[in-house]
Amino acid sequence: MFSYYLDLALRSLRRNRVLTALMVLAIALGIGASMTTLTVLHVLSGDPLPGSSGTLFYPQIDPRDMDGYEPDKEPPRQVTWTDGQNLMRAKRGDRQALMTGGAVPVQPAQSSVEPFYSDARYTTSDFFPMFKVPFLYGHGWSASDDESKARVVVITRTLNDKLFGGKDSTGQTLRMKDLAFQVIGVLDTWRPNPHFYDVYMGNYAAAEDVFVPLSTSRDAHFDHNGSTDCWGTGGGDQEHAETSPCVWLQFWVQLDSAAKVAAYKEFLVHYSQDQKSLGRFERPPNVRLPDLMAWLDINKVVPGDVRLQTWLAFGFLLVCLVNTVGLMLAKFLRRAGELGVRRALGASKREVFAQLLVESGVIGLAGAIGGLLLAFLGLWLVRLQPSSYASLAHLDLKMLLITFVLAIGSTLLAGLLPAWRACQITPALQLKSQ
Amino acid sequence: MEILPILSTLRRHKITAFLVIIEIALTCAIVCNAVFIINQRLDRMNMPSGVDEHRLVHIGLADIGVTKDQKARTAEDIAALRQIPGVAEVASLNQVPFGNSSSNGGIKLDPKQNLSTLNATMYSGENLVRGLGLQLVAGRELQPDDYMDSDVVMRAVHERDTKSIPHVIMITENMAQRLWPGQQALGKQIYLSDIPLTVVGVVKELVRPSIWDDSAKSYSMILPMREAQGEYMIRTKTPQDRDRVLAAALTKLKEINPHRVVLKKHTFDDMRHDFFQNDRAMAGLLVGVCVALLVVTALGIVGLGSFWVAQRRRQIGVRRALGATRSNILRYFQTENFLLATIGIALGMVLAYGINLLLMVHYELPRLPAIYFPVGALLLWVIGQLAVLGPAMRAAAVPPVVATRSV
Repeated sequence: MFSYYLDLALRSLRRNRVLTALMVLAIALGIGASMTTLTVLHVLSGDPLPGSSGTLFYPQIDPRDMDGYEPDKEPPRQVTWTDGQNLMRAKRGDRQALMTGGAVPVQPAQSSVEPFYSDARYTTSDFFPMFKVPFLYGHGWSASDDESKARVVVITRTLNDKLFGGKDSTGQTLRMKDLAFQVIGVLDTWRPNPHFYDVYMGNYAAAEDVFVPLSTSRDAHFDHNGSTDCWGTGGGDQEHAETSPCVWLQFWVQLDSAAKVAAYKEFLVHYSQDQKSLGRFERPPNVRLPDLMAWLDINKVVPGDVRLQTWLAFGFLLVCLVNTVGLMLAKFLRRAGELGVRRALGASKREVFAQLLVESGVIGLAGAIGGLLLAFLGLWLVRLQPSSYASLAHLDLKMLLITFVLAIGSTLLAGLLPAWRACQITPALQLKSQ
Repeated sequence: MEILPILSTLRRHKITAFLVIIEIALTCAIVCNAVFIINQRLDRMNMPSGVDEHRLVHIGLADIGVTKDQKARTAEDIAALRQIPGVAEVASLNQVPFGNSSSNGGIKLDPKQNLSTLNATMYSGENLVRGLGLQLVAGRELQPDDYMDSDVVMRAVHERDTKSIPHVIMITENMAQRLWPGQQALGKQIYLSDIPLTVVGVVKELVRPSIWDDSAKSYSMILPMREAQGEYMIRTKTPQDRDRVLAAALTKLKEINPHRVVLKKHTFDDMRHDFFQNDRAMAGLLVGVCVALLVVTALGIVGLGSFWVAQRRRQIGVRRALGATRSNILRYFQTENFLLATIGIALGMVLAYGINLLLMVHYELPRLPAIYFPVGALLLWVIGQLAVLGPAMRAAAVPPVVATRSV
């Protein structure tokens, strides 16, 4: 029966080409716009570390003075040097990493390549296992390298290609700011989206090209980039960064069970109380422990414009569907005569209804294919945009499936009313007027 | 004229009439809000900066190794840059308007205040007013003996040594108005953390390097500190000099000290262009959606109109046979469309207002100005009339003889 309906549908669609084309075009435009924006939203609101994001937490404590104090206000979104070091030493999590961003001058050995600045991450040894960073060659550094301010560096595959022609460069020397560093590891392609561990370096920035121990970076006077928030007498200058009342470091902790999460929160409260009794903190303990996804939410990493565009596209799809309902109604009612004959010859209302829905389904399928092509075009246009996330806008398999489900589903929905109306045709009345 | 018969016909085609109304209403609501957002973005993109935009060139440098005597080197750079033909002024500064990276501080009117009155950005550097081409509206520029070296000031702040901290400041007119509404700002004191500073000059406008709240976009202050960070703003004599000066300046700076990297080199026009790239992209996208929406709506009206005409061929023939002229028929369909469009527009306005309320809550958009309602209505009426013209003309072409045929 289905193939017969399909045949009828194709015939009917061919009979009235302009109307059919209008319907397919409307659906294709609506689906194309919706899928383009939905794909961008999907890419931007994804989980950067599927599987382990639930065990990563971002402790927040409040080390500020009483100036501007309001109870229950969110604590600072970074930590001070002193607190970062204390929390690292306490080792209360399964793993922990203290870090900040910066930029370093890289001086290639070959004189043919001019020196250039690379974005850098100054961090501690657990960074690599904690965030499941893949290595192409070598490995990260150890806790003892952190202690001894070792002149070691981990670089990305991109930088390795540029400086060492893609060969295993572990053991080689890399000069930065007139100092010699030993390459101990090369990362494989790694781009967590969003750039969750430091949202101040760009929400969708690529991973930094250079990784050095935090202690080494301070020793080598590497420049700090990103956000620095100070209070009291804090000047925010790099010379006094360790002792100034300023937050400028990110601290992450891995906690593998719910019990450990509760215990860690407890620990943060105790820590804040201790610091208060020592006179370092002035405010009553105010701690938060969001997990990775909650942290992205707090920072509103998905741009408001992208959400707005998605709403707009779905509004557009709605108009296109209303349009399609109208055109389908016109099309089905115009065939009142034909449907009357079929009804008079014994086709039940249900059968006529099914036939017309198959016809809407075919329109939906054609609209889906058109919409998919338009979505590819739309995403290509998005990738031409200058935003930092532009290059990420690609359609994946999941989105491909959603395109078809959305297009066919919404067209079937749009077909319900016209098909129902067409079923109401009284067979006798139609035959009489013939 | 023929409104009553039209209404009674429409009552027999409730669903189709309703669909046209809904489509027009949705289109009207979305387009009104989209155009409003487009205008907001265009306004933002035209935000005044206060600087002499078409004559400015920015160069940002960074040293490769550890350098000593940065101050002497900066003085050498500035002297050399001034020698380049076509250069009018040179400023060495800590941050640049529309440069994205900024240094900001909380301002208090009383040191005992618990919360800051406002947050303003802190420009510092030599020759900033002339170098950027700022317009002085009150007081004076910063004088050489107001100045201190910024590293000395930082150390002094850290060691709480009040002698080596500046005590004068320049602010923008906008910031002065916000701090002391309706009063003269000159001679007044503000507190940066707990450091007192006296306002000695007011500039007309100076936009921040990065703007996260549009209402605070020109809360800027200029501190008398000498900077040696490798950020230079060069003001040329004429806009035509820019490219040549930029090239010559880069060569000169590289000659003086080859042990550094150029991080930024662009004209101020390019900086403005880059700063607003997301707004421009969003505006472009919205224009595209509006055009597509209007086209889809127009095509929908054409499609349904054609269907209606085909359905009513006999009825039209009868009317023609009974003496209706072609223009009567044409007018009939035009009036019908006008009625449907009017109902749709009325609904659309309510919807537009509702959407605007949602946007006000979630996206901090201002209220939709009333002017959008008549303009939006006019636009949709025109589009409706244009779309229905084709089917209506086809209807008018139906000959009276159709009435005599049995289908």
